[in-house]
Amino acid sequence: MHLLIFSILLPFLTAALIPLIRRRIGDFNIGWLVLFIPVLLFGFFASQIPLVSSRETLLSSIEWIPSLGINFTAYLDGLSLIMALLITGVGSLVVLYSIYYLSPTDSFPHFYAYLLLFMGAMLGVVLSDNLMVLYVFWELTSISSFLLIAFWYHRKNSRYGAQKSLLITVFGGFAMFAGFLMLYAMTGTLSIQETAAVMGQLTEHALFYPAMFLILLGAFTKSAQFPFHIWLPDAMEAPTPVSAYLHSATMVKAGIYLVARFTPIFGGTSAWFWTITIVGLITLFWGAFCAIRQTDLKALLAYSTISQLGLIMSLLGMGSAALHYGNTEAGALYGLAIFAALFHLVNHSTFKGALFMVVGIIDHQVGTRDIRRLGGLMTLLPVTFTFAVIGSFSMAGLPLLNGFLSKEMFFTASLNAASMPGLFSTSWGWLIPVIAWLASVLTFIYAMIIVFRTFLGNHDSKAVEKRPVEPPIGMLISPAILSILIVGLFFAPNLLGDHLLKPALEQLLPGISGASPDSIYAWHGVNAELLMTIGIVLIGSVLFITFDRWKGIFKIQPAGWTFNALYNYALTSSENAASFVTRSYMTGRLHQYFFYILLFFVVSTGGTLLLSDALSISFVQDAPISIYELMLVIVMIITAISILFTRSRLSAILMNGVLGYSISIFFVLFRAPDLALTQLVIETVTTALFLLCFNYLPEWKREPLPKRKKARNAVLAIAGGLVITLTGLSVNSIDLFETISSYFQNSYELAGGQNIVNSILGDFRALDTMLEGLVLFIAGIGVYTLIRLKLKKEAGTDGD
Amino acid sequence: MESLIIILVGVLSTVAFYLLLSRNIVRVILGTAILSHAAHLMILAMGGLKIGSAPLLGEEAETYVDALPQALILTAIVISFAVTAFILVLAYRAYQELGTDDLEEMRGTDNE
Repeated sequence: MHLLIFSILLPFLTAALIPLIRRRIGDFNIGWLVLFIPVLLFGFFASQIPLVSSRETLLSSIEWIPSLGINFTAYLDGLSLIMALLITGVGSLVVLYSIYYLSPTDSFPHFYAYLLLFMGAMLGVVLSDNLMVLYVFWELTSISSFLLIAFWYHRKNSRYGAQKSLLITVFGGFAMFAGFLMLYAMTGTLSIQETAAVMGQLTEHALFYPAMFLILLGAFTKSAQFPFHIWLPDAMEAPTPVSAYLHSATMVKAGIYLVARFTPIFGGTSAWFWTITIVGLITLFWGAFCAIRQTDLKALLAYSTISQLGLIMSLLGMGSAALHYGNTEAGALYGLAIFAALFHLVNHSTFKGALFMVVGIIDHQVGTRDIRRLGGLMTLLPVTFTFAVIGSFSMAGLPLLNGFLSKEMFFTASLNAASMPGLFSTSWGWLIPVIAWLASVLTFIYAMIIVFRTFLGNHDSKAVEKRPVEPPIGMLISPAILSILIVGLFFAPNLLGDHLLKPALEQLLPGISGASPDSIYAWHGVNAELLMTIGIVLIGSVLFITFDRWKGIFKIQPAGWTFNALYNYALTSSENAASFVTRSYMTGRLHQYFFYILLFFVVSTGGTLLLSDALSISFVQDAPISIYELMLVIVMIITAISILFTRSRLSAILMNGVLGYSISIFFVLFRAPDLALTQLVIETVTTALFLLCFNYLPEWKREPLPKRKKARNAVLAIAGGLVITLTGLSVNSIDLFETISSYFQNSYELAGGQNIVNSILGDFRALDTMLEGLVLFIAGIGVYTLIRLKLKKEAGTDGD
Repeated sequence: MESLIIILVGVLSTVAFYLLLSRNIVRVILGTAILSHAAHLMILAMGGLKIGSAPLLGEEAETYVDALPQALILTAIVISFAVTAFILVLAYRAYQELGTDDLEEMRGTDNE
């Protein structure tokens, strides 16, 4: 069943084809062609629903790097299918919407190529069973998000937002990668399914908690959890279809997906429970609190998304307790939270997607998203208003809309979590429903802000540039479909619950029966949850009406004390520190660079020599020394040292010649006739070349260095020479390996050559020799060019 | 004999290192030339010296010296010549353009 893998690759392939298509079609909007892909994929995934609802899974694997255990394994179960349907479903709507949203001056091929890149990467994340493959796709989503946020790259804020999201999500992704490697070290497998199977015995492992926290770091940064949420508001610089797709419906849910996917692995421990629950609740509250103060509709939606992601996250945290209690009544009770998380995951995508599209329409038709300049749009944009009401009220958790159902479940879960026995019991448990309730009041307020501040009140036609009219019908189709889903899911929630949510839940909470409700009801009678909702509506309405009186509360937080300020400070100070360090050693002085290199050589090689106890000197294997060889060595040493002291460059170069010719004598003595011949020729040519160049170069001056520096250089040079000598002597005194030279002595049989050296050069290692010729050739071109080429500046004045 | 050659290599490298650390470009080039001399001798010494006759099968000797280091050195000689020639011309050209053979003074020019 390689169709599953093909479904991941299809968007990538299409993205690669887009630049080619553009040349052919000219003015035609390629969005219509692109739309075909997500619709096709949605159809494919939708056709898998019967399979998954009958509790079966699909597995498809292609070997990628089998030696490292990395296989391209695609795995489809309930959870993946929910995500895949969201990715392709919302993807189809967003592509359709974007066809009308983008202006003709925007680069469509770029936009759709990035969008398809993202779609493929996101499908890869939710369908991969192999950790390494998952990681690759995970980072690809970050990169495509970066490209899409910076789509209008001429804007400074777009670039800033893109960089911020990339830095934060890739930082988290890298932490997650480290966590994956730890998991691999613990289990020896990269498959998530296999990991989940063996993890039960490994909770005592030293790497268990480090791996858990690193993976959570990846999930929290991706899903914009407090305090990493700061990238999401800045990501709103992206075109609105992108915000609707990546930054509310799909990519930011990758962290949620990851937490859900790893619940069978880490769930049931108190660290997992508390970390996710607390971070989720803080995010839920802080996001909602910040959303109220926003004046930009998109920024408001961004904070609201943060808040809602926190809600889903906290539900996953609470629900993980079920794995501790196992297949008991308590287990089933807490498992409901995960069911609620999955349900709200879908609901949030519908109402937030609709709201983003509504805001996009307002921006597109009115020319501004500033709440202070908007108002009274209800009569001008009645259709858009309807969608806005449906989306906002669903977000606020009002009845007749799907948000109501999952919000009630959220309250149930938080009330359950407040009274947990055993491992998770704490005297602070009552805070969970309190925070949940407070945050929901705030959610209600900002949902009302969207509806009332934008659509009701007086329309100030001077405040906006255009006279607002309803957008083209194509732009309304996508939010209409989402609005129908929002209402439809309220009346037929069990369609979703039975076919997708239950299979997914059973995968996440293996062995716990009865965690999912028999069916989802809107009416449970008058219970605590209903009273909480009524309280929210009452208190929320009062607070919304009196908003102007208490909005001074936002001034309590000092202006400089934000996480954004901290991020900016960290960014600028690390940039400054990096450039300070770089500038301190990248001075442009060649002798300093060489000084560092030599120092490093002395310390590392010399240090290794001493520390590894490798130093040994023995003369046993040495050949005997005859008197004229000794004399030759002495002559060379004296010549070499006197090069340092000579005043004249001519004598220096002649002394270099003496060294070269002496070496050729050694070559003769050491039975190397070919070397001796070559050395003689080369030395002669080199000396001639030196003399030729000296004709054009100035006479030597004394080195203008202070004595102290000269002494420092001398010490380092001597140390370098010493390290080389000691290393050479140590190597010479030990025979670690058998020599391979006997092989080449068959040169006549193997290569038909009597001269072994020549056979090696011309036959055994002929490729080396060919490349050596290439080096000579390049050097020759270099020399020729340097002499003949005149620099452009000069050529300009010459007039040729 | 090997140890003696290695000591000679050490002395040559010291001289070469000191030259490389100087500011005059010709001294630097001279340093590279001497360093390659040292390297060639080192490779040869590592292969063992004076055991057997020259690696010519026509000699029909009992043993031959190790031919592999010789082949390596032969390549190295040619390459180091190419590099030396290139830097020399570079120095010549730099002097023509910039009027200095001092690396310190070449810093900060437009062509850096």
